[in-house]
Amino acid sequence: MTHLGVVLLGVSLITFGLMHLAPGDPAEIMLRANGVQPAREAVEALRHSLGLDAPLHIQYLNWLGRVLRLDLGVSLATGEPVAQELRSRLPATARLALCSILVAAALALPLGTASALRPGSLLDRLGRLVSLASVSMPAYWLGLLLLFYGAVRLKWFPAAGMDGPASAALPAITLGFGMAGVYIRLIRAGMLDVLGRPYIRAARARGLRAGSVIVRHALRNALLPSATLLGLQIGGLLGGAAIVETLFAWPGIGKFAVDAIYAKDYVAIQGYVLLTALIVAAVNLGVDLLYRLLDPRIKKI
Amino acid sequence: MKNQVKTGKQVSAWIGAVLVLGVLAAGVFAPLLAPSDPLDVHMAHRLAGPSAEYPLGTDHLGRCVLSRLLYGTRLSLFDALAVLAAVFAVSVPVGLLAGYAGGRTDRIIMTVIDVLLAFPGLILALAVAAMLGPGALHLLLAFAAVWWAGYARLIRGMVLQLKENDYVLAARASGSSHLRIAFDHILRGAARPILVLASMETGTILLSLAGLSFLGLGAQPPVPEWGVMLSDSRPYIQTEPNLMLFPGLAIAVSVLGFNLLAEGLREPGGPSRSWRNSFGGAAPKRSRAAKPAASARIEAQRGHGE
Repeated sequence: MTHLGVVLLGVSLITFGLMHLAPGDPAEIMLRANGVQPAREAVEALRHSLGLDAPLHIQYLNWLGRVLRLDLGVSLATGEPVAQELRSRLPATARLALCSILVAAALALPLGTASALRPGSLLDRLGRLVSLASVSMPAYWLGLLLLFYGAVRLKWFPAAGMDGPASAALPAITLGFGMAGVYIRLIRAGMLDVLGRPYIRAARARGLRAGSVIVRHALRNALLPSATLLGLQIGGLLGGAAIVETLFAWPGIGKFAVDAIYAKDYVAIQGYVLLTALIVAAVNLGVDLLYRLLDPRIKKI
Repeated sequence: MKNQVKTGKQVSAWIGAVLVLGVLAAGVFAPLLAPSDPLDVHMAHRLAGPSAEYPLGTDHLGRCVLSRLLYGTRLSLFDALAVLAAVFAVSVPVGLLAGYAGGRTDRIIMTVIDVLLAFPGLILALAVAAMLGPGALHLLLAFAAVWWAGYARLIRGMVLQLKENDYVLAARASGSSHLRIAFDHILRGAARPILVLASMETGTILLSLAGLSFLGLGAQPPVPEWGVMLSDSRPYIQTEPNLMLFPGLAIAVSVLGFNLLAEGLREPGGPSRSWRNSFGGAAPKRSRAAKPAASARIEAQRGHGE
């Protein structure tokens, strides 16, 4: 737990430091947002009102104090509070993430299990092929191909935006397909391992049906590493979402961040980076707690 | 059975090597292979189909698609290799130091690594590049500054394991200096998994760099970069779908080559399996199933969590 505290402290320091990477002074950048060189007095006045003339550590503490009150500053592009902008877009990203995890699971569960049941079979080779394609395929290219076939040619799905369940299909497939590869391999390896264990043979010997042994005894245990990987991958998922959301005009936080980068909206970028880091930390903490529930041998987090 | 697995691995290694060498050669010999100048605009021939003069047709500015693809290798692939070199220049010494020195040094380095890994890599690299301002060099710097942490952690894990080997003990007993042991004995032992890692991650970095260029945040038009070319093709998706086909294919084939090469290079049961496990990746046969990823996590949390 102390470790988590240290990491969060480091996260806050880096996020705070990001603003100071930008060439020039934040006050000047804010005033220059509309492209006009600001007057010296105006910059000085804003510097003072923002507390930028204070020593760096005081600035950091002030900033941290605001962040802890959920005040992430005001977007330079829209003039709205960044926290509010992010909160209104978070559900869309969460929906996309959930749908992509479902797509990944729909691919990885059957393929991973089938590959492990018959190693070397046609299905095993298919699983290997899909997982190779999944890790090698650029998500943005897959997205373009899906756009072309799914939206332009067949007109089955809307090309952009978020209305109705059909609109989530293309972005979720794009993102989910890219995730599926590692899980196919992980589930296959886990199943191969579990299937050789004595308790599986014992369950079969007790006369339980093969299907129920595979699903209830083997798959359940083989899935544990996947839960860990999902925790580790959540950052990659958020990063991928930025690209996919932009491609499909999905109104989530990823598209918001890319738009903020175009608009040089440093305050919004900072808020987004902080939010994603907190999501990653929270999800990993959740996975740890889940493990403690599932495996009583683990006492301490 | 075992023999079968081995030949399968060799086949993927060969296919991977051929693909990688092919793409590398395309980049190196681009000036000889390209039928025309990749930046030459011919508005009269815009969006033309394949012909003898333009084997893959032309883009929206009448530029030769094949020539742009060939020259694109120099940007997309060589930039990824440059990032890889920068990343390894940082992560190998840092990982070596943390694993070999242990104790307080290790704890401090691991804390820094954990902080960096708490951020989604692509997002932090994106933000750093955005703050520094547009440009390929800034993007390279941002990637190197963010991406080293994961590798340093993996290399530290390998070092921790190799450190326990008898030959390291023997070297120490015979009075070799720490520097010599670290570089000569331990690093050499980790060479193969590091090579596998490098091959695999070249693909990942290439994907990410081209992705950022696709978003307009990396290489800027008119340079012939694969991500830029894909981005250029977007407005013509309805009328000229061929335009988006080739740059995407170039990226996918290159990444596939590096992935196959990595897969083939990995020896079954070799030291490379330990780092795959610690990352939660494809775990080869092990005696206890659910444990590897879990125990690695717990170890990571415990080792420096007090």
